[in-house]
Amino acid sequence: MKTIHVETTINGDATEFLCAPDESLLDVLRDRLGLTGAKEGCGTGDCGACSVTVDGRLVCSCLMLGAEAQDAQIETIEGMADGETLHPLQRVFLEEAALQCGVCTPGILVAAKALLEKNPDPTDTEVRYWLAGNLCRCTGYDKIIKAVQTAAAEMRGA
Amino acid sequence: MKYVKPESFEVASQLLQNESGTSRILAGGTDVLVQLKAEMVEPDLMVDLKHLPGMQDITAENGGYRIGAAVPGAVVGEHDGVKAMWPGVVEGLELIGSTQVQGRATMAGNLCNGSPAADSVPALVTAGAMARVHGPDGARDVPVADIPQGPGKTNLSKGEFITSIFLPARPDHAGDAYLRFIPRTEMDIAVSSAAVSLVLDAAGTCRQAHVAVGAVAPTVRLVEKAGKALEGSQLDSDAIAAMKTAVEAACNPIDDKRGTIEFRTKTAAVLAERAARIAYSRAGGQS
Ligand SMILES: Cc1cc2nc3c(=O)[nH]c(=O)nc-3n(C[C@H](O)[C@H](O)[C@H](O)COP(=O)(O)OP(=O)(O)OC[C@H]3O[C@@H](n4cnc5c(N)ncnc54)[C@H](O)[C@@H]3O)c2cc1C
Ligand code: FES
Ligand code: FES
Repeated sequence: MKTIHVETTINGDATEFLCAPDESLLDVLRDRLGLTGAKEGCGTGDCGACSVTVDGRLVCSCLMLGAEAQDAQIETIEGMADGETLHPLQRVFLEEAALQCGVCTPGILVAAKALLEKNPDPTDTEVRYWLAGNLCRCTGYDKIIKAVQTAAAEMRGA
Repeated sequence: MKYVKPESFEVASQLLQNESGTSRILAGGTDVLVQLKAEMVEPDLMVDLKHLPGMQDITAENGGYRIGAAVPGAVVGEHDGVKAMWPGVVEGLELIGSTQVQGRATMAGNLCNGSPAADSVPALVTAGAMARVHGPDGARDVPVADIPQGPGKTNLSKGEFITSIFLPARPDHAGDAYLRFIPRTEMDIAVSSAAVSLVLDAAGTCRQAHVAVGAVAPTVRLVEKAGKALEGSQLDSDAIAAMKTAVEAACNPIDDKRGTIEFRTKTAAVLAERAARIAYSRAGGQS
């Protein structure tokens, strides 16, 4: 298979990589670029552990080819903190222990950030539906929903 | 596998026509990349058309809307004009997958993947939506209802693909709705589904009614008799009963662990009744 040369922007940095035509963006991020925050839970769009945003849209990076990243603006969990300062969602997840094993956490944080940018004051039901594509096998979700709401309130300055 | 981004629709058609192996269009990839991963299909050629003119646009046209074949569900769901005119089409599309899947999944991909349970298709069929098909001989317009052929199969020929889907204008007093049955509240495939589109007169009598069902036959099915049963009525109980009988008669579902033949047939009719009542109230009718 012929490799493809791709130029893209990841977390604000111009990036280029070579990939196989059938290689997923998730595999490119993890195996070629060392960005291992996005996880592979299923590889088929069901679990959301691989969530990133592409041109501002939340997507599963396992359901996109690396080749499709040409000229795109990609944001991953690695770009969420500002240097040493955690994003409020990240900090609140730690403070309120909204994780156990943590495999789902990067995807949930990326997804929750995308939600709060669109809807800064969601209801619990809206949070649950938005995160329906992010599976967590450990927490039972309640702490995740609460942590998202705590961070949302803080971000609204409430 | 080759991945190509052709510079025009013409080149795309040629590439597809000249490919001797298996080819796929890459729209949102939410079906095709899952199938690739599962080794259900191993395409020799993957053609990405998302960058071509109009593919990402929603444009007003002749009182309706033309939706580019690469526009994902999330973008349609944020379009106030389409939502106001065709709420049933939008609710069907928005039922597909999760937020993440919505960020990629397209109507054209849902249609061309050919699943009998495809959630956006019944309401496109009752809307009388037209697909603009580009092929080796240029462009033609095909009713969405005529695209599916059977599970995983379409009536498009080699070298053909959809560039946009057109939702026609709506008169006053019109409404549509889509409902599906799934055993959970999110992230599941329809066991049965129904879409209804109605046009009423000022007095609230149905002048035009279309009813389509999903997941109960090899393709999504427009049930003409069911639509006729509602026309001339204000959804009184006789008209509804006749509509449901017509829907049940049109069902020819599979029997599997997700739903028996009896269950799928019965729920399709019940969903059609409920969708008709929602469409009726969206059209401004008082029942
Ligand atoms: C987690 C998950 C949940 C899902 N849930 C649902 C659900 O609830 N309901 C449902 O209906 N579906 C569901 N799906 C399936 C899928 O998301 C939809 O069918 C979606 O609409 C496919 O669109 P796409 O743009 O991703 O298509 P792709 O995967 O890009 O393409 C699908 C097929 O259509 C063909 N194609 C694509 N575009 C064109 C075109 N313009 N012209 C001709 N052929 C074309 C391709 O060659 C391919 O065969 C789900 C998928 C996942 C991963
Ligand atoms: S790894 Fe992408 S959704 Fe599970
Ligand atoms: S914390 Fe383990 S999967 Fe969510």
